[in-house]
Amino acid sequence: MKYETVIGLEIHAELATETKIFCGCTTRFGGEENTHCCPVCLGMPGVLPVLNRKVVEYAVKAGLATNCKINRFSKLDRKNYFYPDLPKAYQISQYDLPLCKEGYLEIKGDFGSKRIGITRIHIEEDAGKLLHDAEDGSTLVDYNRGGVPLIEIVSEPDMRSAEEARLYAEKIKSILEYTGVSDCRMQEGSLRFDVNLSVRPEGSSGLGTRTEIKNLNSFRALVNAIENESARQVKVLESGGEVVQETRKWDDVTGKNTSLRSKEEAHDYRYFPDPDLVPVVLDEEYIDRIKRELPELPDVRSRRYVEEWGLPEYDAGVITASLPLASFFEECVKEYGGDPKAVSNWVMGELMRMLNEKGIEADGIPFPATHLAGLLRLVDDGTISGSAAKRVFTEMFETGEQPKVLVERLGLSQISDEKVLTEVIKRVMDKNPKSVEDYRSGATKAMGFLVGQTMKETRGKANPALVNKILKQLLDE
Amino acid sequence: MITKKDVEYVAALARLEFSEDEKEELTKTLGDILEYAKKLSDVDTSSVQPTAHILPVNNVFREDRVEPSLGRDRVLENAPDKSKGCFRVPRVI
Ligand SMILES: [Zn+2]
Repeated sequence: MKYETVIGLEIHAELATETKIFCGCTTRFGGEENTHCCPVCLGMPGVLPVLNRKVVEYAVKAGLATNCKINRFSKLDRKNYFYPDLPKAYQISQYDLPLCKEGYLEIKGDFGSKRIGITRIHIEEDAGKLLHDAEDGSTLVDYNRGGVPLIEIVSEPDMRSAEEARLYAEKIKSILEYTGVSDCRMQEGSLRFDVNLSVRPEGSSGLGTRTEIKNLNSFRALVNAIENESARQVKVLESGGEVVQETRKWDDVTGKNTSLRSKEEAHDYRYFPDPDLVPVVLDEEYIDRIKRELPELPDVRSRRYVEEWGLPEYDAGVITASLPLASFFEECVKEYGGDPKAVSNWVMGELMRMLNEKGIEADGIPFPATHLAGLLRLVDDGTISGSAAKRVFTEMFETGEQPKVLVERLGLSQISDEKVLTEVIKRVMDKNPKSVEDYRSGATKAMGFLVGQTMKETRGKANPALVNKILKQLLDE
Repeated sequence: MITKKDVEYVAALARLEFSEDEKEELTKTLGDILEYAKKLSDVDTSSVQPTAHILPVNNVFREDRVEPSLGRDRVLENAPDKSKGCFRVPRVI
């Protein structure tokens, strides 16, 4: 039997605020343990949390950018459970009245275009970090991250493959980057994925029993976890077993997929409205203002590149998926002033290759966009050849230096001076009378040899197009 | 009426431990309280919005401006157990 995988994603994104959701402690990453804490985020008795205005703004922005409806009346609720990463024994989240609901976004792939529904987006506080103390086997708790604001974006179970889930997650990431809602630093855990997954016989419309895989923090882990869990469930069903509803853990380093079923207490969070926090009521004016502040989103920008700049749809999609890459590209096009396609060829080719090779994200490109524009102009005006430009590019990536400086240092500038080249070519012809004669008596292939000799004479620096032109003139005289 | 099982369930959620006698008693007293509260269900609330907050106040916000944190010594001052700048708890990971 053929099976179909049904996937829903919950994405947690850390918001780009300066301070935590209910207190003035900094959200800066990487401080000494327990130095970004105060009585509010430590959950001391008698304190009063007050909602960060910016958190609401960012969440609404994320909602509008993903076609959500914004709830005019929203509230915060307590989600109760005991775990040491939660000093209050409850997490402040949103239960039945989230800020945003019923949105969607489009993903594009070999399957064409597909709409993925977004059930809701709500705000909540992050938990602290648990560390294992190898010395005595106890657990240590760092509450710096406790109270850092998050949005949780819950999708409909609309995805059918790891590929679709990845495209959806990447789309969410780029939208959050474009809107400035989150900086999406994956390596710092500011974007995390929970997968809900079930399988069912292809063509059936009911849903199988689902499992949940929590806390994946890279696209690769997301894809691997989905493929592995989907195969596991199919195997269970094919051997006549039943999938158990449970939370599972995926370790992307070892490739282990394990059950997290503990003594299992029912998840009974006993949500109730947080009496410390008053409702959030938003009016049209507020929502319109946020709407007006929305920047050009990746889909729109991609269409602009295709329609106005003539980029292939694929290139436009890849470049606009990453805001820093798109910004780099756009700055370069403006600075260069020539064909945007020429810039896109360099970005899609050499630049992406180097970034991948070095494992660098697009926000870490080691030279400014003006350098690449300068390099393209050096090719256009014949100062260097295309292959020399690649060498300069590699060097530019290593050193961040100006292309002009590098051309000089590497001795790559092309000889495009007609007078100089004519002299060299005449010399080459004098030295090789036989080839000249061959050519003139009809063996035109001899020209290739003469071009080669000229290049050799100039140590490869002669402008090949010009050499061909001048040589032909002289030979045909 | 509720049963002893309900009491055990709620106690487990609250991390409370009771003797058999206490459970018996709680089954009765907690049950009485719930019975009493049930009276509220007699009121027709079909046209009433659930109460989100008892105060007629909305939109209380703070600005996104950093304020000094507490300092680690004071953060850990009341901790029953601490180590390496952290709160120490029995192993959970
Ligand atoms: Zn704080």
